[in-house]
Amino acid sequence: MKYSEKVMDHFTNPRNVGEIENADGVGVVGNAKCGDIMKMYLKIDDNGVIVDCKFKTFGCGAAIATSSMATELVKGHTVEEALKLTNSAVVEALDGLPAIKVHCSVLAEEAIKSAVADYYKKIGKPIDFDYDPDHDHDHDHGGEDEE
Amino acid sequence: MSRFVYADNAATTPVSREVIDAMMPCFESEWGNPSSPHSMGISAKDMLDDARERIASVLGCSAGEIFFTSGGTESDNWAIKGAAMRMKKKGRTHIVTSKIEHHAVLHTCEALEKEGFEVSYCGVDEYGVVDLEELRSLVTEKTGVVAIMFANNEIGTIQPIEEIVSIAHEKGALMFTDAVQAVGNIDINLSELKVDMLALSGHKLHAPKGIGLLFIRKGVVIGNLIEGGGQEKRKRGGTENLPYIVGLARALELAKENMVHLPRVAKMRDRLISELTKIPYSSLNGHPTKRLPGLVNIGFEFIEGESMLLWLDMKGICASTGSACSSASLDASHVLLAIGVPHEKAHGSLRLSISSDTTDEDIDYIIENVGPIVEKLRNMSPLWEDIVKKQTAKK
Ligand SMILES: Cc1ncc(COP(=O)(O)O)c(C=O)c1O
Repeated sequence: MKYSEKVMDHFTNPRNVGEIENADGVGVVGNAKCGDIMKMYLKIDDNGVIVDCKFKTFGCGAAIATSSMATELVKGHTVEEALKLTNSAVVEALDGLPAIKVHCSVLAEEAIKSAVADYYKKIGKPIDFDYDPDHDHDHDHGGEDEE
Repeated sequence: MSRFVYADNAATTPVSREVIDAMMPCFESEWGNPSSPHSMGISAKDMLDDARERIASVLGCSAGEIFFTSGGTESDNWAIKGAAMRMKKKGRTHIVTSKIEHHAVLHTCEALEKEGFEVSYCGVDEYGVVDLEELRSLVTEKTGVVAIMFANNEIGTIQPIEEIVSIAHEKGALMFTDAVQAVGNIDINLSELKVDMLALSGHKLHAPKGIGLLFIRKGVVIGNLIEGGGQEKRKRGGTENLPYIVGLARALELAKENMVHLPRVAKMRDRLISELTKIPYSSLNGHPTKRLPGLVNIGFEFIEGESMLLWLDMKGICASTGSACSSASLDASHVLLAIGVPHEKAHGSLRLSISSDTTDEDIDYIIENVGPIVEKLRNMSPLWEDIVKKQTAKK
C-alpha cells in the first residue's frame, strides 16, 4: 500500500495539531477498538466563522492526514460551509487514498460534523443535519496481506 | 546519522549470496527435468537427490521423508488436509490446533470445518504458551491431527513442543508442527523430536520465496493435496523447482552453521526489549525468555502501529505491526487478542525481527528512533491527552 505525496506531507507535517482551550465546539468520533479516534476543536466567532480549528488523532497515517486536511478545509469558512464538507472532498484534496483507507476520510467528515453539533448544542440551535458520533465506520477492507 | 535497518526478518529475509551462487548453475547449465531419462535429466536428478540428502542431514531425518512444496502455506495446507482426510477413514474427524496459529493453518482448519470436521482451538496463556491442561482435555480418541506451531511469527513465543507431541501421541493422533519461524532459530533434530509432520519455508531462511518442504515421517500416511506426475514419490505433483530446492539446501546448511551467532542475536534482542520497555506505557508481548532469538514485539499504548511504521520507514527502519490498519484485515492481530492484549493496545504493537546480519549500531539506531516517534504520535493522540490531564490533575 502506498500513500500519495500529499497524504505523506499531511502525515509528517500535520497542520493544526493540538487543542483549543474553551473551544466553541468539540467533537470526538471513532473508537480505540477499531484503531482510530479523531477529536476536533472549533473556535467560532460571532459571525459563525470558524476562526480556528485543531485536532488530535489516534490512528494510522491516513487517519492523521485526513484530520489534518479536514481542519485546513474548514478553517476560515462558516459553520454552514463546514457542514457541507464531504469525505470525498477530503480524499480529493489529498490526491486520493487507498481503498481500504477511505473510511478514515468518513471519520474526518463526521468529526467536523460532531464538533459543529456540539457548538449548536451550546448556542441552543437545533441540530438540523445528520451525523453519527459513534460512527462504526465500515472497514472496507480488501483482503488480508500478511507474511 | 541515518542508516538502513531491516528489522522485519519474520516477514521475509534477503536471499544470501551463497544461496544465489548455489542456485545459478541450475539456471545456466543444469536446467534439465529430473524426470527425463537423458543426460540432462540424470544430472538434474543427481542434484535433486544431493539437495534432499543434505537437507535430511541438517534436519536429522532421512531423504525419503522430505517432500518439496511451494512454501509454508502449501505445507500447512497439505499436512492438515492430508492428515484429516486420512484419519477420517479411521473414524477420527476431530482436529486440534491453537488460537495463535498462522492463517495458513487457521484458515485451513476453518475450511475443514465447512467439510464437516470438528476443530478445537486451544487457548494460550498471557505469554502465548499453549495451555497444556486444556490441550490434554481437547485431544481424544476422535482426534486425527494436532497442529501446533513451533514458534509464533508475531510474538516469537516457543511452544513446549515435545510435551505437545506426547499429548497427541497418547491419544493416537498425528502431530504436525508449523516450524516456519523456528527452523534456523532453534536447533531441530527430527530423530529426537517425534513430530509426524513438520513444515518449513525457504524465504525465512535466506532462500527464495516459493519454496518449502513438508517432512512426513516414515510410516505416516497422509492424503495428497496436489495431484500430478509422479514426482515426490507420487505424493506431490509438479516438476521439481530444482534451482530453489538447491537454494533451500544451501540455506539450511548455512542456517545450521549460523546457529553459533544466535546468542549474540538474542543479546541484541534483549537490549531492544529492555530499552524499549523503558518508554512509559509500553510492554513486551510474548514470553520473556521462551522466545525466538531475533523477535521483539512491544505494545505502545495510545498510538497506532501503522503510523509508527511509516515514521520508522522514513528513518530507514523496516518493521511490522499487529495493527488492523496495516494488515488490512478486519481486526487487530488474532495472536495479540488471544494472549489477552486489549484491542486498543494491540493496535499499537511494534514487531522488530532481527538476524545475525543486524549490528549493535543498528540496535542503537532503532532505540534512538523509536522513543521520539512514540512521543511524537502520543503528542497528537487524544487518548494520550486524557492520560496527561489525569496525571496533572493528580499533582
Ligand atoms: C508461522 C508461519 N507459517 C506459515 C507461513 C507461510 O509461509 P509461506 O510464506 O512460505 O507460504 C509463515 C510466513 O509466511 C509463517 O510465519
